[in-house]
Amino acid sequence: MKRLLFACLAVLAWASVGHAEGPLQDILQEHRALIEKPSRKTISPAIDDIASSGLDQAQRMMQAWEAKNLWQRAEDGLFFIGKAQGQALTLTDVDTGEEIETEKSAADQLKPNAGVRRLISSALVQFQLSDPNEARRLDALESIARRPEAEHLAPLQASIEGEENRAIRARKERLVKLLSIAFAETPEQRVEAINGVSGDLNLEVRAALNPLLATTRKVTDVIPAGENVAKIMRLGEDITRDEAYAALVEAGFATKRLTPAAIKDILAANIVDGQVGGVPVADLDTPEARDEAYRALAAADTVPPFVSAEEVDEKLRTHVIYDAYNEPNGDVTKAAQSALKAIDLNVGLNQAADLGLDALSLASIYFLAAIGLAITFGVMGVINMAHGEFIMMGAYTGYVVQQVIPNHTLSLVVALPLAFIITFAAGVAMERLVIRKLYHRPLETLLATFGISIALQQLAKNIFGTQARPLTAPGWLDGAWVLNDVVSISYIRIAIFVLALCFLFLFLFIMKKTRLGLETRAVTQNPRMASSMGINPDKVNMLTFGLGSGIAGIAGVAIGLFAKVTSELGNDYIVQSFMTVVVGGVGNIWGTLAGAAMIGTLQKGIEWLNPSNTLAAQTFMIIFIIIFIQFRPRGIVALKGRAAGD
Amino acid sequence: MGKSFLKNHPTMLVFLALLALFTLAITVFSEAYGSGLVSTSFVKTLGKTLCLCLVAIAMDVIWGYAGILSLGHFAFFGLGGYMIGMWLMYERTKEVVLRSLENQTIPPTETEISDAIATQIFGVVGSSDFPLIWSFAHSLTLQLILVVAVPGILALVFGWLAFRSRVTGVYLSILTQAMTLALALYLFQNDSGLRGNNGLSGLQNLPHVTAPQSEISMWFLWASAAALGFGYVFFTMMLSGKFGMVVKGIRDNEQRVRFLGYEVEHYKLFLFTVTAIVAAVAGALYYPQAGIINPAEIMPIASIYLAVWVAIGGRGRLYGAVIGAAFVSLLSTWFTGGQAPDIPLGFYTISWVDWWQVLLGISFVLVTLYAPKGIGGLFDLLKRKEVQK
Amino acid sequence: MSTLLEVSGVSVSFDGFKAINNLSFQIGKAELRAVIGPNGAGKTTFMDIITGKTKPDEGRVIWGDRSISLLGMSEAKIAQQGVCRKFQKPTVFEDQSVRDNLMMALKRGRSVWDVLKYRPGADNARLEQLADEIGLLSEFSRPSGELSHGQKQWLEIGMLLAQDPQLLLVDEPAAGMTPSEREHTTNLLVEAAKTRAVVVVEHDMEFIRRLNCKVTVLHEGSVLAEGSLDHVTSNQEVIDVYLGR
Repeated sequence: MKRLLFACLAVLAWASVGHAEGPLQDILQEHRALIEKPSRKTISPAIDDIASSGLDQAQRMMQAWEAKNLWQRAEDGLFFIGKAQGQALTLTDVDTGEEIETEKSAADQLKPNAGVRRLISSALVQFQLSDPNEARRLDALESIARRPEAEHLAPLQASIEGEENRAIRARKERLVKLLSIAFAETPEQRVEAINGVSGDLNLEVRAALNPLLATTRKVTDVIPAGENVAKIMRLGEDITRDEAYAALVEAGFATKRLTPAAIKDILAANIVDGQVGGVPVADLDTPEARDEAYRALAAADTVPPFVSAEEVDEKLRTHVIYDAYNEPNGDVTKAAQSALKAIDLNVGLNQAADLGLDALSLASIYFLAAIGLAITFGVMGVINMAHGEFIMMGAYTGYVVQQVIPNHTLSLVVALPLAFIITFAAGVAMERLVIRKLYHRPLETLLATFGISIALQQLAKNIFGTQARPLTAPGWLDGAWVLNDVVSISYIRIAIFVLALCFLFLFLFIMKKTRLGLETRAVTQNPRMASSMGINPDKVNMLTFGLGSGIAGIAGVAIGLFAKVTSELGNDYIVQSFMTVVVGGVGNIWGTLAGAAMIGTLQKGIEWLNPSNTLAAQTFMIIFIIIFIQFRPRGIVALKGRAAGD
Repeated sequence: MGKSFLKNHPTMLVFLALLALFTLAITVFSEAYGSGLVSTSFVKTLGKTLCLCLVAIAMDVIWGYAGILSLGHFAFFGLGGYMIGMWLMYERTKEVVLRSLENQTIPPTETEISDAIATQIFGVVGSSDFPLIWSFAHSLTLQLILVVAVPGILALVFGWLAFRSRVTGVYLSILTQAMTLALALYLFQNDSGLRGNNGLSGLQNLPHVTAPQSEISMWFLWASAAALGFGYVFFTMMLSGKFGMVVKGIRDNEQRVRFLGYEVEHYKLFLFTVTAIVAAVAGALYYPQAGIINPAEIMPIASIYLAVWVAIGGRGRLYGAVIGAAFVSLLSTWFTGGQAPDIPLGFYTISWVDWWQVLLGISFVLVTLYAPKGIGGLFDLLKRKEVQK
Repeated sequence: MSTLLEVSGVSVSFDGFKAINNLSFQIGKAELRAVIGPNGAGKTTFMDIITGKTKPDEGRVIWGDRSISLLGMSEAKIAQQGVCRKFQKPTVFEDQSVRDNLMMALKRGRSVWDVLKYRPGADNARLEQLADEIGLLSEFSRPSGELSHGQKQWLEIGMLLAQDPQLLLVDEPAAGMTPSEREHTTNLLVEAAKTRAVVVVEHDMEFIRRLNCKVTVLHEGSVLAEGSLDHVTSNQEVIDVYLGR
């Protein structure tokens, strides 16, 4: 009995199959006419039925359809996934996956147009969104994020339920929010979605919100009811008279007004017997005379009518020019506005943080560049105009080492101490040959070191040429540490910050814990007393100068990593370095630190206020420093009393 | 007092005589008024050199006499050039524009003329409007006043700020250097109103003057020589009396002068401003001969070179500054102009265009170390020998 | 005797160190006064405050018949009021002649304009007279850098006299002088004090004894004792301070 029943069912099944090949084919056949001649307007029912069939094979079929790989067999009108190879054609059954070899002429390829394909791809999204492969799910999400459409919203929402990967689920939820902003059915839902992202820093959020506030300029005499007005233009404040009138002309509310140049041309073309409209040509050197002549011509109907200033006023008075939101719903635009305002505030705060980081890294660069100068200037009272050239020497050392050792990390490890040694030697040589002979004549020292500076600069130019040489940072210093869409800081700058910190501690260590530091401090405070206690001030000065120069060399390598290495590299930093030392206060490392922090912050701050113009930023910064010196002539960290000397 | 003043300053007499002789000689050998032995371009070089001598005198007064190593006096020099350049460029462009508009059938309106001039001048920086600072450019008188007033006021304000907070020595040098840098960077901007890094050009063409360049260059040489002579006498007179004593006193011991009851700051400010104005006048004579001025000219390096000239010539004596400026700047022109013969060493050829700067730098160090009195010091040696005889 | 200068309740500290501590001091119009005290007693800082070089943290410095405050005036303005100072180390303008040094010091207009239009004329006689007074007439045109140490000291005193001050502050005038030079100096100071107030800061007790005047003893920035030399030297506190406790 059981067998019989089974057999009956089988017969029944066969009967239905005989009617068609499988469940998907059935659906396709049902919409056969639509599929054969698809159009964007009519195809939706077919796609909806296929997509909602719940059949696993539907996805493969739709992908094929979208890729123009769906074929229809000529003999019975059944649809297959086809693969042509020369004249041969392999047809694959949409349901069973069974393959049939045939010839190309036996079937027609279906080529849906772009509009239809978009609909298909949107429908496909729901399959991709629940694809077992995570990478494919993410791909689908990315493609939605790139080209959000209303059709994506429902499948996306539906796919959240079954999502197990937490990250992907969060991404999906986020996308639903973003899509709801633009495509949710009711304004209330959209407002809710908008409020949900208020203050969010993500760029996608801003990209989703901004289109809501897009406006169109409109000109009318009376604003129609139901218009979502963003702003009514006020003459002279939001819009100039000429612009307003041009807008009126464009909208067809007014006749075009001739420009003075056009009037002049017409006048020139209408000279009769040395006169235009009764006005002698020689008198046409004022705008009033020209208007008068033109009016006369216009009255004689030989030229386009003259539009007087009064007429312009009248037209402007009777018309309204306003910006209207493209989004008709006022609540939505209002919500979007306040959400963006919150975001702007948040972005502002984060930009301030970013600016702070920028300023910090600039400050560490200045600190690095200035610390050597602070040692020579502050401790020894010697001004070294060639300090910038020591920085340059360091940078070129880095470049040369990189030519010899191709491994960037290794070359950097070699270049840092080598730069120190070379500039240390140069500094010691300079101290022995020049500076020692000029102690207590600071202005002469300044000039002599300047002579060295121009000689070194030209020497570098002669050796390395005038073009910039690359000093490439190792790969692990590429890239940036990204905190969010607003705040990020490149690794190179972090490295320089760390380097600056190292030098601060190194300097403190040398000054406070070593014999050299002790002797240096002694010589600074009272050279005669120090020498009577067995300290050799010449040696101390030499070493101090060498140390200051050596640090300049290391700073040069660091600066060369992000700046162009040219013979003028030192020039770019020398004035800022001097400013750092002077502003900070001479003879104190903390002063240099404070000076660098102040100058770095100041420069970044001014650049932020006036981002288009870094030259102006430097100008203002220097002016600020000149004024600052008025109030603290001895710098931020000033030595007081007799120790400050005179 | 006239007679005794001249008698007390024999070097001034010698200098004036030599200057007159020099001017006469150049005139006699010039293309325009003489045999043509001296080319017009060399006349221009000499005229410019005279202007550099004038600014060097000013530098010597502020540095050699008052001990203030200003690294800003070439900025004042440049400002003077800019101020006169504005008038030259405006008037010259106006001339050209009017000529080109002459042929139009309809006479141009005032606005059209001014727009055309503005477009002509500011087209390179993408603007066609006159900036506010050009308000006086149409008037030679006003612009000549500005030649003196703008650098003068800048020097006065800056000097007042710097001196009243008792910034001295190397600090002051650095501060003036910063001021110069700030000014140059400001002028480098396109919206500074002075054509950014293009600067002002075509200044050698005097408006409304049809004389050839050979004659114009002679006029400027005469004017420069007269200005130099006048400046020399002016500073000699100023520094010869008690004022000179106080100024030297400030250089040697500022505090002591203060305790004598002199307001040191006033003296410094006065000298700083006066020398700035003289520098500006020198600049106003220099740039019409150079033909072009741009912000690169007034970068701090130029002011430092000015100090180098004075140091090499010998500080604290006006003729030293003149010798230094003339000697070094003419030598620089010769070396960097490619006229100096290269020295082949077999393995390497020393090309002076490349090595002159190195030589200058090193010789500068040597002068500072071993000849602090500069070339002028040689005269002392001669004098001493004479005395010994 | 009317008061020329009154310093009251003045304090000043450098980085927490009190150099002058609630110091009060008075001097009359024609009085010679010696100020003594061990190293670090604040003698130089005291002079710095009067001459305007150092600004006190608190206190008043009142000057002259019209009782003007000297605080807030520049050094030059105070000098123009008639307060003159001679430094420990002779500071003359070494590049310039004796005559020039004296001419600069001579009491004439101090403004830039006054100096620019100044012509010596009748002042030449006065300058020579001054040079004669300090015994430097024979060196009149020599650069002062070529003078001996003692001669420089006198030139400086001559410069003070040329200024015709109402108050003279003299810092260790006798340092490094030969006995005969000292005597000369003493006479100059005593002579000067007949018409004006003179404050002498000195270490040398012998020199002070010769001045024969009222003595003020400074210690740790304030007045320890005041009176004749015999009076203060017999003061137990003063002895403690000088000999160490």
